[in-house]
Amino acid sequence: MKQFWSNNRFLILRRLTQISILFLYFGANAWGWTILRGNLSSSIVVNFAQVSDPYAVLQMLAAGAAISLDLFIGAMTIAVFYFLIGGRAFCSWVCPINMVTDTANFIRRKLEFNRMQGQKMPITRNTRYWVLGLSLVVSALMGMAAFEFVSPISMIHRGIVFGIGFGWSSAVIIFLFDLFVLKDGWCGHICPLGGFYSLLGRFSVIRVLHSEENCTLCMKCKTVCPEHQVLHMIGKESLSVTDGACTNCARCIDVCDDEALGFSLRKLAEKK
Amino acid sequence: MPKGKREPISDRRKFIFDMARGVGVATLGGFIWSAYIDEAKASPLLLRPPAAIDEENFLKTCIKCGLCVEACPYDTLVLAKPGDHKPLGTPYFTPREIPCYMCTDIPCVPVCPSGALDLESVVTENKLDINKADMGVAVVDEESCIAFWGIQCDACYRACPLLGSAITIEYQKNERTGKHAFLKPIVHSDPCTGCGLCEHACVTQKAAIQIFPREVVQGKAGNHYIKGWDKEDDKRVGDAKAIKTTTEISKRSALNSLNDSGDLY
Repeated sequence: MKQFWSNNRFLILRRLTQISILFLYFGANAWGWTILRGNLSSSIVVNFAQVSDPYAVLQMLAAGAAISLDLFIGAMTIAVFYFLIGGRAFCSWVCPINMVTDTANFIRRKLEFNRMQGQKMPITRNTRYWVLGLSLVVSALMGMAAFEFVSPISMIHRGIVFGIGFGWSSAVIIFLFDLFVLKDGWCGHICPLGGFYSLLGRFSVIRVLHSEENCTLCMKCKTVCPEHQVLHMIGKESLSVTDGACTNCARCIDVCDDEALGFSLRKLAEKK
Repeated sequence: MPKGKREPISDRRKFIFDMARGVGVATLGGFIWSAYIDEAKASPLLLRPPAAIDEENFLKTCIKCGLCVEACPYDTLVLAKPGDHKPLGTPYFTPREIPCYMCTDIPCVPVCPSGALDLESVVTENKLDINKADMGVAVVDEESCIAFWGIQCDACYRACPLLGSAITIEYQKNERTGKHAFLKPIVHSDPCTGCGLCEHACVTQKAAIQIFPREVVQGKAGNHYIKGWDKEDDKRVGDAKAIKTTTEISKRSALNSLNDSGDLY
Protein backbone atom coordinates (compact mmCIF):
# COMPACT_ATOMS: atom_id res chain seq x y z
CA MET A 1 0.00 0.00 0.00
CA LYS A 2 2.76 2.36 0.98
CA GLN A 3 4.59 1.37 -2.16
CA PHE A 4 1.48 2.09 -4.25
CA TRP A 5 1.13 5.54 -2.72
CA SER A 6 4.75 6.47 -3.27
CA ASN A 7 4.57 5.20 -6.87
CA ASN A 8 1.36 7.05 -7.67
CA ARG A 9 1.05 9.98 -5.30
CA PHE A 10 1.56 12.73 -7.88
CA LEU A 11 -0.68 10.97 -10.38
CA ILE A 12 -3.45 10.80 -7.76
CA LEU A 13 -2.90 14.42 -6.75
CA ARG A 14 -3.03 15.52 -10.36
CA ARG A 15 -6.26 13.66 -11.04
CA LEU A 16 -7.76 15.16 -7.88
CA THR A 17 -6.73 18.66 -8.95
CA GLN A 18 -8.00 18.23 -12.50
CA ILE A 19 -11.34 16.80 -11.46
CA SER A 20 -11.97 19.22 -8.61
CA ILE A 21 -11.21 22.23 -10.83
CA LEU A 22 -13.67 20.91 -13.41
CA PHE A 23 -16.21 20.26 -10.67
CA LEU A 24 -15.88 23.77 -9.22
CA TYR A 25 -16.52 25.31 -12.65
CA PHE A 26 -19.42 22.94 -13.21
CA GLY A 27 -20.92 23.81 -9.82
CA ALA A 28 -20.70 27.51 -10.62
CA ASN A 29 -22.97 27.13 -13.63
CA ALA A 30 -25.21 24.39 -12.25
CA TRP A 31 -25.66 25.46 -8.64
CA GLY A 32 -24.37 29.00 -8.52
CA TRP A 33 -21.14 28.30 -6.60
CA THR A 34 -18.82 31.27 -6.54
CA ILE A 35 -15.41 29.67 -5.98
CA LEU A 36 -14.47 29.41 -9.64
CA ARG A 37 -16.84 30.97 -12.18
CA GLY A 38 -16.47 31.09 -15.95
CA ASN A 39 -14.17 28.65 -17.72
CA LEU A 40 -10.51 28.20 -18.57
CA SER A 41 -10.60 31.15 -20.99
CA SER A 42 -11.46 33.60 -18.25
CA SER A 43 -12.76 33.15 -14.70
CA ILE A 44 -13.58 34.94 -11.51
CA VAL A 45 -11.97 33.41 -8.42
CA VAL A 46 -14.09 33.76 -5.24
CA ASN A 47 -15.74 37.05 -6.29
CA PHE A 48 -12.34 38.61 -6.14
CA ALA A 49 -9.76 38.06 -8.81
CA GLN A 50 -10.21 37.97 -12.54
CA VAL A 51 -7.92 35.45 -14.21
CA SER A 52 -7.62 34.91 -17.95
CA ASP A 53 -5.85 32.65 -20.39
CA PRO A 54 -2.79 34.64 -21.54
CA TYR A 55 -2.62 32.76 -24.86
CA ALA A 56 -6.26 33.63 -25.63
CA VAL A 57 -5.57 37.28 -24.80
CA LEU A 58 -2.50 37.19 -27.05
CA GLN A 59 -4.62 35.91 -29.93
CA MET A 60 -7.23 38.59 -29.29
CA LEU A 61 -4.46 41.16 -29.40
CA ALA A 62 -3.31 39.75 -32.74
CA ALA A 63 -6.91 39.90 -33.97
CA GLY A 64 -6.95 43.60 -33.19
CA ALA A 65 -9.33 43.59 -30.22
CA ALA A 66 -9.21 46.32 -27.60
CA ILE A 67 -8.07 44.45 -24.47
CA SER A 68 -9.85 45.54 -21.30
CA LEU A 69 -7.83 46.19 -18.16
CA ASP A 70 -9.58 43.26 -16.43
CA LEU A 71 -8.41 40.84 -19.11
CA PHE A 72 -4.90 42.24 -19.18
CA ILE A 73 -4.43 41.93 -15.43
CA GLY A 74 -6.06 38.50 -15.46
CA ALA A 75 -3.75 37.25 -18.18
CA MET A 76 -0.67 38.66 -16.45
CA THR A 77 -1.71 36.97 -13.18
CA ILE A 78 -1.89 33.57 -14.86
CA ALA A 79 1.31 34.17 -16.82
CA VAL A 80 3.26 35.03 -13.65
CA PHE A 81 1.72 32.07 -11.80
CA TYR A 82 2.82 29.52 -14.40
CA PHE A 83 6.11 31.30 -14.90
CA LEU A 84 6.82 30.48 -11.25
CA ILE A 85 5.44 26.96 -10.88
CA GLY A 86 6.53 25.64 -14.29
CA GLY A 87 4.83 26.74 -17.48
CA ARG A 88 3.32 23.47 -18.52
CA ALA A 89 2.08 22.66 -15.03
CA PHE A 90 -1.18 23.82 -16.61
CA CYS A 91 -1.01 20.89 -19.05
CA SER A 92 -0.63 18.16 -16.47
CA TRP A 93 -2.49 19.61 -13.49
CA VAL A 94 -5.40 21.55 -15.00
CA CYS A 95 -6.06 20.78 -18.67
CA PRO A 96 -8.92 18.28 -19.10
CA ILE A 97 -7.38 16.88 -22.30
CA ASN A 98 -4.49 15.54 -20.18
CA MET A 99 -6.75 12.75 -18.91
CA VAL A 100 -7.60 11.78 -22.48
CA THR A 101 -4.02 11.69 -23.73
CA ASP A 102 -2.72 10.00 -20.56
CA THR A 103 -5.27 7.24 -21.12
CA ALA A 104 -4.20 6.81 -24.73
CA ASN A 105 -0.57 6.65 -23.62
CA PHE A 106 -1.36 4.15 -20.87
CA ILE A 107 -3.05 1.81 -23.37
CA ARG A 108 -0.14 2.29 -25.77
CA ARG A 109 2.32 1.18 -23.08
CA LYS A 110 0.23 -1.77 -21.87
CA LEU A 111 -0.37 -3.14 -25.36
CA GLU A 112 3.17 -2.33 -26.47
CA PHE A 113 2.04 -0.23 -29.42
CA ASN A 114 5.28 1.67 -29.34
CA ARG A 115 7.31 -1.45 -30.10
CA MET A 116 5.03 -2.35 -32.98
CA GLN A 117 5.00 1.12 -34.49
CA GLY A 118 8.71 1.79 -34.22
CA GLN A 119 10.26 4.97 -33.01
CA LYS A 120 10.17 7.06 -36.16
CA MET A 121 8.08 10.16 -35.66
CA PRO A 122 6.63 11.72 -38.80
CA ILE A 123 6.54 15.23 -37.33
CA THR A 124 8.79 17.02 -34.89
CA ARG A 125 7.89 18.26 -31.44
CA ASN A 126 8.63 21.77 -32.68
CA THR A 127 5.45 21.62 -34.73
CA ARG A 128 3.60 23.20 -31.79
CA TYR A 129 5.66 26.37 -32.15
CA TRP A 130 4.73 26.55 -35.82
CA VAL A 131 1.07 26.11 -34.88
CA LEU A 132 1.51 28.78 -32.19
CA GLY A 133 2.93 31.24 -34.71
CA LEU A 134 0.34 30.31 -37.31
CA SER A 135 -2.51 30.82 -34.83
CA LEU A 136 -1.41 34.43 -34.34
CA VAL A 137 -1.14 35.01 -38.10
CA VAL A 138 -4.59 33.52 -38.74
CA SER A 139 -6.01 35.55 -35.82
CA ALA A 140 -4.69 38.73 -37.41
CA LEU A 141 -5.98 37.79 -40.86
CA MET A 142 -9.44 36.66 -39.79
CA GLY A 143 -9.99 39.23 -37.06
CA MET A 144 -10.74 36.73 -34.32
CA ALA A 145 -8.88 34.47 -31.91
CA ALA A 146 -8.08 31.57 -34.23
CA PHE A 147 -7.15 28.78 -31.82
CA GLU A 148 -9.99 29.60 -29.43
CA PHE A 149 -12.32 28.87 -32.32
CA VAL A 150 -11.07 25.32 -32.85
CA SER A 151 -9.45 24.48 -29.51
CA PRO A 152 -10.49 21.04 -28.27
CA ILE A 153 -9.39 22.11 -24.79
CA SER A 154 -11.91 24.95 -24.66
CA MET A 155 -14.50 22.80 -26.40
CA ILE A 156 -14.26 20.03 -23.84
CA HIS A 157 -13.94 22.29 -20.81
CA ARG A 158 -16.69 24.64 -21.93
CA GLY A 159 -18.73 21.60 -22.87
CA ILE A 160 -18.47 20.03 -19.42
CA VAL A 161 -19.46 23.31 -17.73
CA PHE A 162 -22.06 24.68 -20.18
CA GLY A 163 -23.31 21.72 -22.24
CA ILE A 164 -21.24 19.81 -24.72
CA GLY A 165 -23.17 19.33 -27.99
CA PHE A 166 -20.91 17.47 -30.40
CA GLY A 167 -17.86 18.72 -28.49
CA TRP A 168 -17.15 15.23 -27.14
CA SER A 169 -16.07 14.20 -30.62
CA SER A 170 -12.94 16.37 -30.32
CA ALA A 171 -11.86 14.29 -27.31
CA VAL A 172 -12.44 11.10 -29.33
CA ILE A 173 -10.37 12.50 -32.21
CA ILE A 174 -7.46 13.32 -29.90
CA PHE A 175 -7.72 9.96 -28.15
CA LEU A 176 -7.62 7.99 -31.41
CA PHE A 177 -4.87 10.21 -32.82
CA ASP A 178 -2.66 9.68 -29.78
CA LEU A 179 -3.48 5.99 -29.60
CA PHE A 180 -3.05 4.96 -33.22
CA VAL A 181 -1.30 7.71 -35.14
CA LEU A 182 1.32 9.41 -33.04
CA LYS A 183 2.64 8.82 -29.53
CA ASP A 184 2.14 11.98 -27.45
CA GLY A 185 0.61 13.37 -30.64
CA TRP A 186 -1.62 16.18 -29.44
CA CYS A 187 0.02 17.32 -26.20
CA GLY A 188 3.60 16.62 -27.27
CA HIS A 189 3.56 17.79 -30.87
CA ILE A 190 0.64 19.95 -31.93
CA CYS A 191 -1.09 21.82 -29.10
CA PRO A 192 -0.08 25.51 -29.38
CA LEU A 193 -1.25 26.19 -25.82
CA GLY A 194 1.34 23.65 -24.66
CA GLY A 195 3.85 25.41 -26.90
CA PHE A 196 2.96 28.74 -25.36
CA TYR A 197 3.41 27.42 -21.82
CA SER A 198 6.66 25.68 -22.88
CA LEU A 199 8.09 29.06 -23.81
CA LEU A 200 6.77 30.57 -20.61
CA GLY A 201 8.17 27.73 -18.49
CA ARG A 202 11.68 27.98 -19.82
CA PHE A 203 12.79 29.94 -16.77
CA SER A 204 10.34 28.76 -14.15
CA VAL A 205 11.43 28.16 -10.62
CA ILE A 206 9.98 24.76 -9.68
CA ARG A 207 11.75 22.04 -11.64
CA VAL A 208 12.48 18.33 -11.43
CA LEU A 209 16.02 17.59 -10.21
CA HIS A 210 17.94 14.45 -11.11
CA SER A 211 20.61 13.02 -8.79
CA GLU A 212 22.84 10.88 -10.90
CA GLU A 213 24.49 9.15 -7.92
CA ASN A 214 21.16 7.48 -6.95
CA CYS A 215 20.20 6.46 -10.48
CA THR A 216 20.22 2.74 -11.30
CA LEU A 217 19.52 3.32 -15.00
CA CYS A 218 16.20 1.44 -14.91
CA MET A 219 14.82 4.01 -17.39
CA LYS A 220 11.30 3.75 -16.02
CA CYS A 221 11.19 7.55 -15.96
CA LYS A 222 11.92 7.82 -19.66
CA THR A 223 9.24 5.26 -20.47
CA VAL A 224 6.47 7.15 -18.72
CA CYS A 225 7.59 10.68 -19.58
CA PRO A 226 5.35 12.30 -22.20
CA GLU A 227 8.24 14.57 -23.20
CA HIS A 228 11.06 12.07 -22.76
CA GLN A 229 13.61 14.30 -24.52
CA VAL A 230 13.67 16.59 -21.45
CA LEU A 231 15.20 13.74 -19.41
CA HIS A 232 18.38 13.64 -21.47
CA MET A 233 20.53 13.82 -18.32
CA ILE A 234 19.28 10.60 -16.72
CA GLY A 235 22.22 8.51 -15.52
CA LYS A 236 24.66 11.00 -16.92
CA GLU A 237 24.67 14.16 -14.91
CA SER A 238 22.98 15.59 -11.81
CA LEU A 239 20.94 18.37 -13.39
CA SER A 240 17.62 20.14 -13.18
CA VAL A 241 15.17 19.53 -16.01
CA THR A 242 15.38 22.93 -17.63
CA ASP A 243 13.54 22.23 -20.88
CA GLY A 244 10.29 24.21 -21.01
CA ALA A 245 8.49 21.24 -22.52
CA CYS A 246 8.56 19.45 -19.12
CA THR A 247 5.01 19.55 -17.75
CA ASN A 248 5.99 19.07 -14.10
CA CYS A 249 3.60 16.11 -14.06
CA ALA A 250 6.02 14.36 -11.72
CA ARG A 251 5.24 10.94 -13.15
CA CYS A 252 9.00 10.35 -13.33
CA ILE A 253 9.29 11.09 -9.60
CA ASP A 254 6.42 8.65 -8.99
CA VAL A 255 7.94 5.72 -10.85
CA CYS A 256 11.49 6.20 -9.60
CA ASP A 257 12.27 3.66 -6.86
CA ASP A 258 15.75 4.96 -6.21
CA GLU A 259 15.07 8.55 -5.16
CA ALA A 260 17.00 9.81 -8.13
CA LEU A 261 14.32 12.32 -9.04
CA GLY A 262 12.49 14.95 -7.03
CA PHE A 263 11.11 18.47 -7.16
CA SER A 264 13.45 21.30 -6.31
CA LEU A 265 13.84 24.97 -6.84
CA ARG A 266 15.81 25.62 -9.96
CA LYS A 267 19.51 25.80 -9.21
CA LEU A 268 20.14 29.39 -10.10
CA ALA A 269 23.87 28.88 -9.81
CA GLU A 270 23.69 26.22 -12.50
CA LYS A 271 25.21 28.16 -15.32
CA LYS A 272 27.49 26.52 -17.77
CA MET B 1 32.88 10.11 -57.88
CA PRO B 2 32.05 6.39 -57.84
CA LYS B 3 28.65 5.41 -59.15
CA GLY B 4 25.89 5.00 -56.55
CA LYS B 5 27.63 7.13 -53.97
CA ARG B 6 26.13 10.55 -53.60
CA GLU B 7 27.39 13.64 -51.89
CA PRO B 8 26.05 13.86 -48.32
CA ILE B 9 23.34 16.48 -47.82
CA SER B 10 24.89 19.51 -46.17
CA ASP B 11 23.47 20.97 -42.95
CA ARG B 12 22.77 24.17 -44.79
CA ARG B 13 20.61 22.43 -47.38
CA LYS B 14 18.83 20.47 -44.70
CA PHE B 15 18.11 23.62 -42.73
CA ILE B 16 16.73 25.40 -45.80
CA PHE B 17 14.60 22.37 -46.60
CA ASP B 18 13.25 22.21 -43.04
CA MET B 19 12.36 25.89 -43.09
CA ALA B 20 10.75 25.67 -46.53
CA ARG B 21 8.75 22.66 -45.41
CA GLY B 22 7.64 24.46 -42.24
CA VAL B 23 6.52 27.52 -44.17
CA GLY B 24 4.84 25.40 -46.83
CA VAL B 25 2.89 23.25 -44.42
CA ALA B 26 2.03 26.32 -42.32
CA THR B 27 0.63 28.04 -45.42
CA LEU B 28 -1.40 24.96 -46.26
CA GLY B 29 -2.71 24.77 -42.71
CA GLY B 30 -3.28 28.51 -42.56
CA PHE B 31 -5.55 28.45 -45.60
CA ILE B 32 -7.61 25.55 -44.28
CA TRP B 33 -7.82 27.14 -40.84
CA SER B 34 -8.80 30.57 -42.23
CA ALA B 35 -11.36 29.06 -44.59
CA TYR B 36 -12.96 27.16 -41.73
CA ILE B 37 -13.13 30.26 -39.54
CA ASP B 38 -14.53 32.36 -42.37
CA GLU B 39 -17.35 29.86 -42.95
CA ALA B 40 -17.99 29.15 -39.29
CA LYS B 41 -18.26 32.74 -38.15
CA ALA B 42 -20.77 33.68 -40.85
CA SER B 43 -23.94 33.48 -38.83
CA PRO B 44 -25.93 36.66 -39.52
CA LEU B 45 -29.15 35.62 -37.77
CA LEU B 46 -27.59 35.41 -34.33
CA LEU B 47 -29.10 37.29 -31.37
CA ARG B 48 -26.48 38.50 -28.89
CA PRO B 49 -26.92 39.42 -25.19
CA PRO B 50 -27.98 42.98 -24.31
CA ALA B 51 -25.31 45.67 -24.71
CA ALA B 52 -23.26 43.54 -27.14
CA ILE B 53 -20.96 45.59 -29.35
CA ASP B 54 -21.20 45.24 -33.13
CA GLU B 55 -20.78 41.69 -34.39
CA GLU B 56 -17.38 42.10 -36.03
CA ASN B 57 -15.85 43.51 -32.86
CA PHE B 58 -17.86 41.14 -30.69
CA LEU B 59 -16.19 38.16 -32.38
CA LYS B 60 -12.79 39.75 -31.76
CA THR B 61 -13.43 40.73 -28.18
CA CYS B 62 -15.56 37.99 -26.60
CA ILE B 63 -13.27 35.58 -24.72
CA LYS B 64 -16.04 32.96 -24.48
CA CYS B 65 -15.88 32.63 -20.69
CA GLY B 66 -19.61 32.21 -20.20
CA LEU B 67 -19.88 34.58 -17.22
CA CYS B 68 -22.90 36.30 -18.86
CA VAL B 69 -24.53 32.90 -19.28
CA GLU B 70 -23.98 32.09 -15.61
CA ALA B 71 -25.32 35.49 -14.56
CA CYS B 72 -28.57 35.14 -16.53
CA PRO B 73 -31.29 34.14 -14.04
CA TYR B 74 -33.65 32.82 -16.74
CA ASP B 75 -31.13 30.61 -18.60
CA THR B 76 -31.87 32.74 -21.66
CA LEU B 77 -28.25 32.97 -22.73
CA VAL B 78 -26.36 29.91 -23.89
CA LEU B 79 -22.86 29.40 -25.29
CA ALA B 80 -22.75 28.08 -28.86
CA LYS B 81 -21.58 24.49 -28.80
CA PRO B 82 -20.41 22.28 -31.67
CA GLY B 83 -23.53 21.34 -33.61
CA ASP B 84 -25.35 24.64 -33.00
CA HIS B 85 -23.94 26.08 -36.25
CA LYS B 86 -23.06 29.32 -34.51
CA PRO B 87 -19.62 30.86 -33.82
CA LEU B 88 -18.28 28.41 -31.27
CA GLY B 89 -18.35 29.36 -27.60
CA THR B 90 -20.02 32.75 -28.05
CA PRO B 91 -23.23 33.63 -26.16
CA TYR B 92 -26.60 33.92 -27.92
CA PHE B 93 -30.28 33.40 -27.23
CA THR B 94 -33.29 31.91 -28.98
CA PRO B 95 -36.37 33.97 -28.01
CA ARG B 96 -38.95 31.38 -29.07
CA GLU B 97 -37.40 29.07 -26.44
CA ILE B 98 -36.41 31.55 -23.73
CA PRO B 99 -36.64 35.29 -24.42
CA CYS B 100 -34.71 38.03 -22.62
CA TYR B 101 -36.81 39.14 -19.66
CA MET B 102 -35.10 42.54 -19.54
CA CYS B 103 -33.96 42.44 -15.88
CA THR B 104 -33.68 46.01 -14.62
CA ASP B 105 -30.36 45.21 -12.90
CA ILE B 106 -28.98 43.67 -16.14
CA PRO B 107 -26.85 41.01 -14.37
CA CYS B 108 -25.32 39.67 -17.58
CA VAL B 109 -23.51 42.85 -18.62
CA PRO B 110 -21.30 44.02 -15.71
CA VAL B 111 -19.72 40.55 -15.33
CA CYS B 112 -18.29 40.66 -18.85
CA PRO B 113 -14.50 40.92 -18.38
CA SER B 114 -13.61 41.68 -21.99
CA GLY B 115 -15.84 44.60 -22.91
CA ALA B 116 -17.71 42.55 -25.53
CA LEU B 117 -20.79 43.59 -23.56
CA ASP B 118 -20.51 47.33 -23.15
CA LEU B 119 -22.04 48.57 -19.91
CA GLU B 120 -21.95 52.18 -21.09
CA SER B 121 -24.43 51.40 -23.83
CA VAL B 122 -27.17 50.54 -21.33
CA VAL B 123 -26.68 53.44 -18.91
CA THR B 124 -28.78 56.63 -18.85
CA GLU B 125 -27.81 59.32 -16.38
CA ASN B 126 -25.67 56.96 -14.29
CA LYS B 127 -28.49 54.47 -14.01
CA LEU B 128 -28.81 51.09 -15.66
CA ASP B 129 -31.44 51.26 -18.34
CA ILE B 130 -32.33 47.96 -20.01
CA ASN B 131 -34.67 49.81 -22.40
CA LYS B 132 -31.56 51.01 -24.21
CA ALA B 133 -30.59 47.45 -25.07
CA ASP B 134 -30.58 46.62 -28.75
CA MET B 135 -30.54 42.88 -29.31
CA GLY B 136 -32.58 42.95 -32.51
CA VAL B 137 -35.93 44.06 -33.80
CA ALA B 138 -39.31 42.34 -34.04
CA VAL B 139 -40.76 41.73 -37.48
CA VAL B 140 -44.43 40.78 -38.08
CA ASP B 141 -45.34 38.43 -40.87
CA GLU B 142 -48.71 39.83 -41.91
CA GLU B 143 -49.62 36.68 -43.79
CA SER B 144 -49.47 34.36 -40.81
CA CYS B 145 -50.44 36.82 -38.06
CA ILE B 146 -54.05 35.97 -37.21
CA ALA B 147 -54.75 39.55 -36.09
CA PHE B 148 -54.23 40.54 -39.71
CA TRP B 149 -56.83 37.93 -40.68
CA GLY B 150 -59.36 39.64 -38.46
CA ILE B 151 -59.20 37.18 -35.58
CA GLN B 152 -58.80 38.97 -32.29
CA CYS B 153 -55.32 38.42 -30.78
CA ASP B 154 -53.05 40.83 -29.02
CA ALA B 155 -50.69 38.35 -27.36
CA CYS B 156 -47.52 40.08 -28.59
CA TYR B 157 -48.81 43.51 -27.62
CA ARG B 158 -49.62 42.33 -24.10
CA ALA B 159 -46.27 40.55 -23.74
CA CYS B 160 -44.22 43.55 -24.83
CA PRO B 161 -42.35 45.18 -21.92
CA LEU B 162 -42.56 48.45 -23.85
CA LEU B 163 -46.26 48.03 -24.51
CA GLY B 164 -47.70 50.98 -26.36
CA SER B 165 -44.30 52.12 -27.48
CA ALA B 166 -42.47 49.25 -29.18
CA ILE B 167 -45.72 47.59 -30.27
CA THR B 168 -48.97 49.52 -30.82
CA ILE B 169 -52.34 48.29 -32.05
CA GLU B 170 -53.77 49.84 -35.14
CA TYR B 171 -57.54 49.67 -35.55
CA GLN B 172 -58.97 49.26 -39.01
CA LYS B 173 -62.45 48.48 -40.24
CA ASN B 174 -62.97 44.93 -41.45
CA GLU B 175 -64.67 45.41 -44.80
CA ARG B 176 -65.35 41.68 -45.15
CA THR B 177 -67.80 41.53 -42.26
CA GLY B 178 -68.61 45.19 -42.27
CA LYS B 179 -69.10 45.27 -38.52
CA HIS B 180 -65.75 44.17 -37.00
CA ALA B 181 -62.31 45.72 -36.67
CA PHE B 182 -58.80 44.50 -37.34
CA LEU B 183 -56.52 44.99 -34.33
CA LYS B 184 -53.17 44.96 -36.10
CA PRO B 185 -49.91 44.87 -34.10
CA ILE B 186 -47.42 47.41 -35.42
CA VAL B 187 -43.75 47.24 -34.35
CA HIS B 188 -41.87 50.50 -33.93
CA SER B 189 -38.26 49.65 -34.52
CA ASP B 190 -36.68 52.51 -32.56
CA PRO B 191 -37.96 51.62 -29.08
CA CYS B 192 -37.98 47.84 -29.79
CA THR B 193 -35.11 46.16 -27.89
CA GLY B 194 -35.41 42.75 -29.51
CA CYS B 195 -36.03 41.00 -26.19
CA GLY B 196 -38.27 38.48 -27.91
CA LEU B 197 -41.08 38.33 -25.33
CA CYS B 198 -43.50 38.90 -28.25
CA GLU B 199 -42.04 36.02 -30.26
CA HIS B 200 -42.23 33.84 -27.17
CA ALA B 201 -45.88 34.79 -26.59
CA CYS B 202 -47.05 34.47 -30.19
CA VAL B 203 -49.87 31.91 -30.44
CA THR B 204 -49.34 30.72 -34.00
CA GLN B 205 -47.67 27.37 -34.72
CA LYS B 206 -44.50 29.10 -35.84
CA ALA B 207 -44.23 32.62 -34.47
CA ALA B 208 -45.73 35.26 -36.78
CA ILE B 209 -43.63 37.88 -34.99
CA GLN B 210 -39.92 37.11 -34.81
CA ILE B 211 -36.75 38.84 -33.73
CA PHE B 212 -33.94 39.46 -36.20
CA PRO B 213 -30.70 41.39 -35.86
CA ARG B 214 -31.36 44.98 -36.82
CA GLU B 215 -28.81 45.11 -39.62
CA VAL B 216 -30.44 42.08 -41.25
CA VAL B 217 -33.97 43.47 -41.56
CA GLN B 218 -33.52 47.23 -41.63
CA GLY B 219 -32.78 49.11 -44.79
CA LYS B 220 -31.05 52.47 -45.08
CA ALA B 221 -32.35 55.40 -47.12
CA GLY B 222 -28.95 57.03 -47.33
CA ASN B 223 -28.13 60.71 -47.04
CA HIS B 224 -29.60 61.55 -50.43
CA TYR B 225 -33.10 61.09 -49.12
CA ILE B 226 -34.08 63.44 -46.32
CA LYS B 227 -37.27 64.49 -44.68
CA GLY B 228 -37.31 68.06 -45.90
CA TRP B 229 -40.00 68.97 -43.40
CA ASP B 230 -37.87 67.82 -40.47
CA LYS B 231 -35.14 70.34 -39.54
CA GLU B 232 -32.96 67.71 -37.82
CA ASP B 233 -33.23 65.18 -40.59
CA ASP B 234 -32.62 67.89 -43.18
CA LYS B 235 -29.05 68.28 -41.91
CA ARG B 236 -28.11 64.79 -43.06
CA VAL B 237 -27.93 65.93 -46.63
CA GLY B 238 -24.70 67.67 -45.70
CA ASP B 239 -23.10 64.24 -45.22
CA ALA B 240 -24.23 63.04 -48.63
CA LYS B 241 -21.30 62.05 -50.78
CA ALA B 242 -21.17 62.51 -54.53
CA ILE B 243 -21.69 59.30 -56.40
CA LYS B 244 -19.59 58.61 -59.45
CA THR B 245 -21.81 57.56 -62.31
CA THR B 246 -20.68 55.09 -64.90
CA THR B 247 -21.68 57.35 -67.82
CA GLU B 248 -20.68 60.95 -68.05
CA ILE B 249 -23.30 63.44 -66.86
CA SER B 250 -24.52 65.72 -69.68
CA LYS B 251 -23.05 69.20 -69.49
CA ARG B 252 -26.20 70.74 -70.98
CA SER B 253 -28.80 71.92 -68.56
CA ALA B 254 -31.97 69.86 -68.19
CA LEU B 255 -34.07 72.72 -69.51
CA ASN B 256 -32.08 72.89 -72.71
CA SER B 257 -32.44 69.25 -73.35
CA LEU B 258 -36.23 69.60 -73.13
CA ASN B 259 -36.35 72.59 -75.44
CA ASP B 260 -33.94 71.26 -77.96
CA SER B 261 -35.83 68.74 -80.04
CA GLY B 262 -33.47 68.97 -82.98
CA ASP B 263 -31.89 65.56 -82.43
CA LEU B 264 -35.20 63.79 -82.49
CA TYR B 265 -36.40 64.75 -85.92
